[in-house]
Amino acid sequence: MTTGTTPALVPDFDDEAAGRKLAIICSKGNLDMAYPALVLANAALGEGVETHLFFTFWGFDMIIKARMGDLKFTMLGNTATHLPQGLGGLPGMTAMATHRMKKQIADLGVPEVPEFLDQIVASGGHLWACRMSADMMHLTREELYDGVEDIINAADFIEKTTEAQLLFI
Amino acid sequence: MPVTTIAGRTVHVDDEGFLTVYEEWDPDLAEELAAAIGIGLTDAHRRAIDFLRADYAVQGETATLRRVSTVGGIPTKELFALFPKKPAKKLAYIAGLPKPHGCV
Repeated sequence: MTTGTTPALVPDFDDEAAGRKLAIICSKGNLDMAYPALVLANAALGEGVETHLFFTFWGFDMIIKARMGDLKFTMLGNTATHLPQGLGGLPGMTAMATHRMKKQIADLGVPEVPEFLDQIVASGGHLWACRMSADMMHLTREELYDGVEDIINAADFIEKTTEAQLLFI
Repeated sequence: MPVTTIAGRTVHVDDEGFLTVYEEWDPDLAEELAAAIGIGLTDAHRRAIDFLRADYAVQGETATLRRVSTVGGIPTKELFALFPKKPAKKLAYIAGLPKPHGCV
């Protein structure tokens, strides 16, 4: 902190993000793996960064209408819960863990996946679905979240995200 | 804490230029702050600013964009149109409040 009089100290809002692009590849369908991409995309858009999300493989669960509101969190294979792995396999444990995580997220005022995607689209974010995943799962545009702009192939995505910073989640 | 002069008025700001003293702001100053970052205020802008000021007075922290849309009732799309590129920061700046700390 400094003391003194600085004439007209005005924040520089427009220059730093000019031309910056972010591309996030969403390849996971677990609840806990969906949020990092959503939070970062939302933050980037709020900073004026052009943002693209590409959904592929299990990440499709984030944009399949029938599944996007029902992603799950499991303790299995996740040592960071610091609970015995055997517990995770008991009946009902995944449902309970999912319920808890959803509550923790909601308590912070953070929306569920479908509503979060609404917010990202309203903020100018671009959503793309992977052609190969759609073909593998025999899915059409109608079965995908309405905010998805198109089903595109990997080369299209690479082309759209020229000079973007890239995250694979 | 730096001090700066806006429209002939001396105000306390942080290192980036955000006002740090809630009481030093008034609607006239908002017009000047907005002009300084290239925004001409309309009633739609003022509605968002009023919500942010009122919410800060109660919550003690600046509302995130999500809160402005869900609690303040101003759609996200509109906020991006009113305060282009960096709506949360621009809105906070004009409202004489700190940048929001929340992630979402």
